[in-house]
Amino acid sequence: MSGDHIYSALSEEHGGDARWAFGTGFTDALAGVDTTVPEGVDGDDLALYCQMLGDDALVQAQRLTDWVTDAPELEEEVALANIALDLIGQARLLLARAGQADGSGRDEDAFAYWRGPEEFRNVQLAEAPRGDFARAILTLLVLSSARLAVFSRLSSSKDPVLAAVAAKAVNELAYHREYAVSWALRLGDGTPYSRERMVAAVADVWPMTGELFATHPVEARMAAQGVGVDPAEVSQEVHRVLTEVLTTATLDAPAPFPEPVVAGRQGTHTAELAPLLTELQKVAREHPEATW
Amino acid sequence: MTTHTAPAPPGATTELQAEFDARIAADQRIEPRDWMPEGYRKTLVRQVSQHAHSEIIGMQPEGDWIASAPSLRRKAILLAKVQDEAGHGLYLYAAAETLGVDRADLTRRLIEGRQKYSSIFNYPSLTFADVGVIGWLVDGAAICNQVPLCRSSFGPYARAMVRICKEESFHQRQGYELLMRMMEGTEEQRRMVQDAVDRWWWPSLMMFGPPDAESPNTKQSMAWRIKRDTNDDLRQKFVDMTVPQAERLGVTLPDPELTWNDERGHYDFGEPDWDEFKRVISGSGPKNAERIQRRRAAHEKGEWVREAATAYADKHSARKAAA
Repeated sequence: MSGDHIYSALSEEHGGDARWAFGTGFTDALAGVDTTVPEGVDGDDLALYCQMLGDDALVQAQRLTDWVTDAPELEEEVALANIALDLIGQARLLLARAGQADGSGRDEDAFAYWRGPEEFRNVQLAEAPRGDFARAILTLLVLSSARLAVFSRLSSSKDPVLAAVAAKAVNELAYHREYAVSWALRLGDGTPYSRERMVAAVADVWPMTGELFATHPVEARMAAQGVGVDPAEVSQEVHRVLTEVLTTATLDAPAPFPEPVVAGRQGTHTAELAPLLTELQKVAREHPEATW
Repeated sequence: MTTHTAPAPPGATTELQAEFDARIAADQRIEPRDWMPEGYRKTLVRQVSQHAHSEIIGMQPEGDWIASAPSLRRKAILLAKVQDEAGHGLYLYAAAETLGVDRADLTRRLIEGRQKYSSIFNYPSLTFADVGVIGWLVDGAAICNQVPLCRSSFGPYARAMVRICKEESFHQRQGYELLMRMMEGTEEQRRMVQDAVDRWWWPSLMMFGPPDAESPNTKQSMAWRIKRDTNDDLRQKFVDMTVPQAERLGVTLPDPELTWNDERGHYDFGEPDWDEFKRVISGSGPKNAERIQRRRAAHEKGEWVREAATAYADKHSARKAAA
């Protein structure tokens, strides 16, 4: 039988061997990147800022993975899993950066698995229940449009790590938005029923959009230093994008975004976050001494 | 679907059959446009679609752990793996479609319980160690089965298998690597790994199908070179490869009869419980109903979405045509 060689690697030494693509030697996600905190930048502010952007991605990814084995078509399971994978990748880098910036040396998993809900800094829309497919698509459309607008600007951040993460993420986010747009059009301009579901999704999601453009003091300070982006700056641009998509999907032009009020960024969450985190953290917390 | 072979005119069949037989004998590939005996086509449709269904149902036991994978790296690895399985299902459905069947119809057959899938996925995954053991043993057995299929006589199936085997081999290494890490961890982790091995070992051996004497399809499939090895040969190969890996890992395979036989140059091993195999394959395994129900629920819940996509496509092609 030809092809048996694919087994031969299995019982060999694996330490540090490049054959293991996710090998045991890659514990430092930011290996090779200049990780010095730029002069004059407050490390604690930078760490919190990284948690805000990292938590948005992690919590959104956790919601999206619910669709794997539960989507309307296999192609959508592949696509949504792919989007979740991109977001997990972004979260890992950002949380690892947080642990460097605040000097604690905590790794990505320390942030993901060992903080309580009140310490998470994601916007509430990321933790909102997944709802039906229309709601999932609309949530993805709103979050990816806002994140793409922020990350496009962030790619020229004074912090080399944030700039690198953003530069990589921009292509990913452009795809996430494109995917969401393609389904928003099909659902909005599909059958009367799918249109009804999209109208309901807009009604459900819109009240949570204001927060995306509210400026937390840390975001204001990071923006002032050329490290971060003030989300208020991207509000108009994002509203234009969403208006264009929704009207092309034959839906009504959306209302203005609600009043921007800081919530998740200061640790104020809906009741949905705690159970989401309980599930995410369950195995890690049951085995605190374990190695994975 | 346009690939269904047109019936040959009377008298021509013998000639076509001779040509088909000669190509099989010469180890050449049969392609969708080629004439093929109806039995060959039916056997392939059954095998390829069951294989596709196995990939899709196989997403569930591990998919259950994506949400609570204990590190972000493990979460990413597991999510990518389950996504690959959906991809494998898609290639295989596409290969089946070249034989003149329709994916939507195959999906219906799956969720109505009219077609089978690998019995292994009807067992529950109880701890995170199961993720590693499924990668190591279940993907390992799958590769053992599938590597020879890369040389299957039907072109689209063989080509799909090349890519699938590469990815499966990657999954197997990831599973083994997770187990290595866990075995280096706490006593409790080592217990979890051993417990998972105890539960998955026998079902993994059953993945090769019934013993040769009771495998009604093997002989014809091998004559057609759809299959290349018998069930028992593949099972032996799997045991021979796995035992040293188990020793290396530091786990015990739950078979008191497992011993090296110098004379044969192979490991001797015990007989799987074939009554259990029959029960599970015929629908009475611990998770059969749940696995199918989950797929059916996703399909039914998603119907309005698929209808919307079709309506949108129709409207837009009509508008394009009118423009």
